[in-house]
Amino acid sequence: MVTITTTDALRWIVFFPALGFLWNCFFGRRFPGAAKVVGPGVLLASFVAAVLAILQLHALPAESALRDVVFPWVDVGTLRADVGFWLDPLSAVMVLVVTGVGFLIHVYSVGYMHDDPDVPRFFTYLNLFVTAMLILVLADNLLLLFVGWEGVGLCSYLLVGFWWTKDENCTAGRKAMLTNRVGDACFLVALFLLIQHARTLDFVGLERQADVLRTATIGGWSVPLVACLLLLLGATGKSAQIPLYVWLPDAMAGPTPVSALIHAATMVTAGVYLTCRLHGLFALAPDALTAVAVVGAATALYAATIAVAQTDIKKVLAYSTISQLGYMFLGVGVGLPGAAVFHLVTHAFFKGLLFLCAGSVMHALGGEQDMRRMGGLWRRIPITFGTMAVGTLAIAGVPPFSGFFSKDEIIWGGFAGPHPHPVLGVVGYAAAGLTAFYIGRLMCLTFFGTSRVDAHAEHHLHESPPVMTIPLVVLAVLAAVGGVLPVPHVVEQVTGHVRMDEATLVAKAVAIADSLGGLGLAWVLYVLRPELPDRIATALGGFYRLVRDKYRIDELYDRVIYRPVLAMADAAAWVIDRTFIDGIVNGVGAFVVSTSGAWRRVQTGNVQHYALSFLVGALVLVTYYLVG
Amino acid sequence: MSETPISWYLALSAVLFAIGTVGVLTRRNLIVVFMAIELLLNAVNLSFVALARGLGSMDGQVIVFFVMAVAAAEAAVGLAIMLQLYRLRETLNADEVTTLRW
Repeated sequence: MVTITTTDALRWIVFFPALGFLWNCFFGRRFPGAAKVVGPGVLLASFVAAVLAILQLHALPAESALRDVVFPWVDVGTLRADVGFWLDPLSAVMVLVVTGVGFLIHVYSVGYMHDDPDVPRFFTYLNLFVTAMLILVLADNLLLLFVGWEGVGLCSYLLVGFWWTKDENCTAGRKAMLTNRVGDACFLVALFLLIQHARTLDFVGLERQADVLRTATIGGWSVPLVACLLLLLGATGKSAQIPLYVWLPDAMAGPTPVSALIHAATMVTAGVYLTCRLHGLFALAPDALTAVAVVGAATALYAATIAVAQTDIKKVLAYSTISQLGYMFLGVGVGLPGAAVFHLVTHAFFKGLLFLCAGSVMHALGGEQDMRRMGGLWRRIPITFGTMAVGTLAIAGVPPFSGFFSKDEIIWGGFAGPHPHPVLGVVGYAAAGLTAFYIGRLMCLTFFGTSRVDAHAEHHLHESPPVMTIPLVVLAVLAAVGGVLPVPHVVEQVTGHVRMDEATLVAKAVAIADSLGGLGLAWVLYVLRPELPDRIATALGGFYRLVRDKYRIDELYDRVIYRPVLAMADAAAWVIDRTFIDGIVNGVGAFVVSTSGAWRRVQTGNVQHYALSFLVGALVLVTYYLVG
Repeated sequence: MSETPISWYLALSAVLFAIGTVGVLTRRNLIVVFMAIELLLNAVNLSFVALARGLGSMDGQVIVFFVMAVAAAEAAVGLAIMLQLYRLRETLNADEVTTLRW
């Protein structure tokens, strides 16, 4: 059982970004220069506060957690939820990622956005996002977690549509919001189920209610299974998994630091964090864990195939993110939350890095995102190239870079983990090979081969300023050596220790061959024999076009969901609302008007007529009393 | 000296009230209507004092004072309204000031 130590150190972690949000919101416009200092500054303060709190936690014996109840919030019947924060090794890892990587990306943003007149608004949203994300990872109950969950969703919407003058950016923001609504509705239903049966939403309480939940049923279904599947659907929305992944590629319409921070390093990992945080609940429903593993492996492979055929540099990274998040879900599903969070951390490093590098490339080329108009850039922007190469080796899983350790542990868990699914392990290997190939393709198209940059962009080609390259270098170091971090060990203090055999030499050899093979194939196809990809694409014909068009899932959703819903809304608006509801309302009005039309003639406006009616009334009353 | 019976006073009061009522209902000039209203009030006053005398009670006399005070206030307000009405409409014909209706 975990020992809880009360403290008030945790609120400061959330306080600083909230303060930055308020400052930028109310004074940002008046002091635009200060926004560039306050925005990243509060993140640094929050990072320091987090480190201090974690040192306090570290000084306590094992199996400890810090709790900071700021004020009681909901206290209805048996349900009690506080605005309370909770720091254990799992949330400690998340807080460090959010504030640490978040700080680096904030610093980078100062350089990336320096031409933009709306910098204060940008940092307002960014600080609000970090506040919400910290509430999410520090909440000590599901209700407060949901507040953070919705808060990050709101900021995602605001930041995707940050450049709101372009219609497609706003459409992308709405798509992100609406797709997430589907998942969030499922999340809420799961909360209702848990309130009904466990009568509590805080994580400690839920652990204590495990025995009650194990036997609870609803309509013949086990409550933990239903709740976990609903939570999984919620997580697929936030973490962009099949079937609700469709919003993430469109979300690339936002500024690149947003893609790095929200749509790669932090927000999209919220679903993974949720499943790890509720490991006790998922342990009661092994079938739900299998569903998590299947969703994860399927998404990992599926998104990787789409990434192979994209030409937009950010779209490749977006599908790559979806694919890597699939690995994390696979990790949770095979019973290795530690490995999942490990991959979450290394992914935050290398994918944050890759996005920022892509942003640096776009910065150098005046906003160009199409890889067909890049090439041969490695001499021209060497720091961006060097750091992106580190990111590439990390995501491809080349030892000793960080991705090798985390990804390998997950795939090996498919064969040897507590809930092994060898088929999914094989899928993991296939996706890993594709990962190495698409990221190698991205590198080759961008940095090697002959330059396809147009003359105008060529003229302005420049390396990014130090305020952008320094975060790149720091992240590159983290992405390179992140594999030594003992994240699985730390997380397993919370989620329970897992005994797993060391990966066999064969498995390691396969993994390494996989990543090197993918990178090598990309080198051959896009640098040595650049005419080959087109011929392969032509040979594949329809299949190639299907993959390039993202399996036309957007079009499918459009036909199957969007248009029927719109038709139903139309029917509701015109048939039910306009005809029926409005008919009743207008009918009542018309009835009153027509019947009162006759009576209002009584009011002549002539005072003497009124006086006569007084007299008649008085006579009637007098007669009544005299006769009666 | 023999006392006049109360019924005479009350009869006179009833006659005055009837004249006043007919005046209020039939005359078109608002000033005349106004004078008829004063007639109504004084008809009531007469019956009050007569009954007070007959019943040996002061209540009726007190009420008469109230009625006179209120009538004075009403006259001030009513005449002011009529003055403004005349400035606005240049008429005091009750049939022509009927805008306050449907």
